[in-house]
Amino acid sequence: MRDWVRTHRWESLLLVVLAITIVVNALLSPFYLGWGNFTNLFWLSNEKIIVAIIMTFVIISGEIDLSVASVMGFSAAVMASLHQAGSVPFFVAILAGLAAGAIAGLIQGMVITRFGLPSLVVTLAGLIGFRGGARVLMEDQSVGDFPAWFDTAGQQTIVGPLPVALVIFFVGLAIAWVVLERGALGRRVYVIGNNAEVARFSGVNVDRVKLRLFITSGLVAGLAGILFAARLGSVRGSLAEFYELDIITMVLLGGVSIFGGTGSMLGVALALFTVLNIRNGLGLANVDGIVQTGVIGLLLIGSVLIPNLAQRFQERSPRRATAHAPP
Amino acid sequence: MTSKTIAERRRMRPDRIKELTLLGIIVGTVVIFGLVVDGYLSGRFFNRVSTSVVIVAILAAAQALVILSRNIDLSVGSTVGVAAYLTADFLSSNTWAHPAIAMLVAMAVGAVLGSVNGLLVAYGKVPAIIVTLGTLALFRTLISLYSGGANVVAADLPDWVLDFNNVTLFSIGGFDIRLVFVIAVAVVVILQWGMRRLRVGRRLYAIGSNPDAARQASLAAPRLTMLSFIGSGALAGLAGFMFMIRAGTISATAGAGLELEAVAAAVVGGVSIFGGSGTIYGAFLGALLINTLELSLVRVPEVSEFWRDAALGILILAAVILDATLQKRFTRRLTRQIRGPDAAGRAELTMSSAGEGGAADA
Repeated sequence: MRDWVRTHRWESLLLVVLAITIVVNALLSPFYLGWGNFTNLFWLSNEKIIVAIIMTFVIISGEIDLSVASVMGFSAAVMASLHQAGSVPFFVAILAGLAAGAIAGLIQGMVITRFGLPSLVVTLAGLIGFRGGARVLMEDQSVGDFPAWFDTAGQQTIVGPLPVALVIFFVGLAIAWVVLERGALGRRVYVIGNNAEVARFSGVNVDRVKLRLFITSGLVAGLAGILFAARLGSVRGSLAEFYELDIITMVLLGGVSIFGGTGSMLGVALALFTVLNIRNGLGLANVDGIVQTGVIGLLLIGSVLIPNLAQRFQERSPRRATAHAPP
Repeated sequence: MTSKTIAERRRMRPDRIKELTLLGIIVGTVVIFGLVVDGYLSGRFFNRVSTSVVIVAILAAAQALVILSRNIDLSVGSTVGVAAYLTADFLSSNTWAHPAIAMLVAMAVGAVLGSVNGLLVAYGKVPAIIVTLGTLALFRTLISLYSGGANVVAADLPDWVLDFNNVTLFSIGGFDIRLVFVIAVAVVVILQWGMRRLRVGRRLYAIGSNPDAARQASLAAPRLTMLSFIGSGALAGLAGFMFMIRAGTISATAGAGLELEAVAAAVVGGVSIFGGSGTIYGAFLGALLINTLELSLVRVPEVSEFWRDAALGILILAAVILDATLQKRFTRRLTRQIRGPDAAGRAELTMSSAGEGGAADA
């Protein structure tokens, strides 16, 4: 137990924060503990947390994908416009939407790896460009009238008390944990994030791993966009606009270093639950959405600032100095 | 290899090549649209571009200031909002205030917000992207709370506010030279001069180009970083003033999303996201190109207005790919001159392997 705490400082801290949040919330609101609120907790963020899983991989590898929210909108727009044209069966439209997401990731990944360009810049172009693509497809209309099963899948709890998107999230989280922390690909992602040059000289095909990460990121964002469309029952060009910052914030709160190389799936999962619980609790306490966002922003800065200050304080008192510091 | 060839090369720095390329692309864009669209080349179009570019041009310069020293400021959109709102609020209760006072108020508000970012980055040692992502949300929250959802409407503001945008210093034919445009250009020129000629500017380049070397040369990096964020904040405040006179009615969401436009303009303008390379002029030209293209596309009847963002995304991508290709070619040629042809390949390898430190010129 003590060893675990020592090697998982960040996760331990998050666990404490999460526990405090849950206790405070439970004391503040009688509605907090209960299945209804449990699904409620996730309801508005199902899609964001799915994308946060793949974003964890991307950031650990030392890159970033700012385009995810726009790709969500783009994929949903591809699906909706094909559905509106009415020439293909609906499941083909869904597949086309997913493919559009993967292709968006492929294009960006190719540009990043072929030209050696920073992903921050390339995916910024993607953020603007794919949002533009969604706008071109949807113009200023809203397309709905999807088949009944699609709306049901998005809006009802059909697997026990869980909606489909949440099931996908938990399954995805489990897969991601295994791949990242138990698989060969995961090791490569960490090595690349730590030092891409060392990875290259150790025989890791850095570009191929990165390309795959970006394709997967696009595909997952596409899936999330389509799930979002199902939940809303309609698609607009502005679907999921500005979600990228929320998603990245959640991942960074999970202890993933913005410079790559460190972080864990468990940390991100705990950060997701913490953020959702804080938002939920503040919501139950009738605090505005914009204030909730501010609290998350404060948490984000504090999550890096406080360990930094603590470390500096430790360095000042030489007897207690230890090498350990959270990322 | 003689010292003369290097001197020749210096005369045409890669930064200058980038700037001239951009200028050429802007002229080319105008010529092409002029051929396609009837009545495109008019004083009215010039006036429209030169007034609407002001906000993003100032923000791009602010962003370049921070990016050149290897940081980023994602909070500028929120800073614009806070400065615009507080300045409008100040004017509605102090209608006597001179425009210059209002401008100073806006810049002071921005500088205060910028110093918050600067403190956290320089002394808290928190990465700029995390700090400014946080303050992007935080500043917006503060102004929402302060405003309580109420707007400042144009009727509460002094009369000069809405006229300020159209104040024309002089006209050449139908081409009005507006005061706001002159202010933006003055900001850009002064900043470029400072970055090139002043010790502070050279040091900011040095920090962005190679932080470790800068530290070993005992540059006071934290203080300089702090200064660049205060500068970026103050300029964002000025952009907030410009936003206020443009919009008239100010809500708590004013300026949302401008941070990405500012980064995009700087990047299109050839400012390297890894710091150390690029110029303020470049950032200004980037903003000008984006703005010209946006306003021109609207004039082509066959192109739907919804193509704007898609075209912009493609433009940014094209600009950075071009930039990377030019950079690579330049590096290769320069190393060949210095070390002879054999060294070129090796030097290029170390350049690219240096990754973040790969900014060749500064």
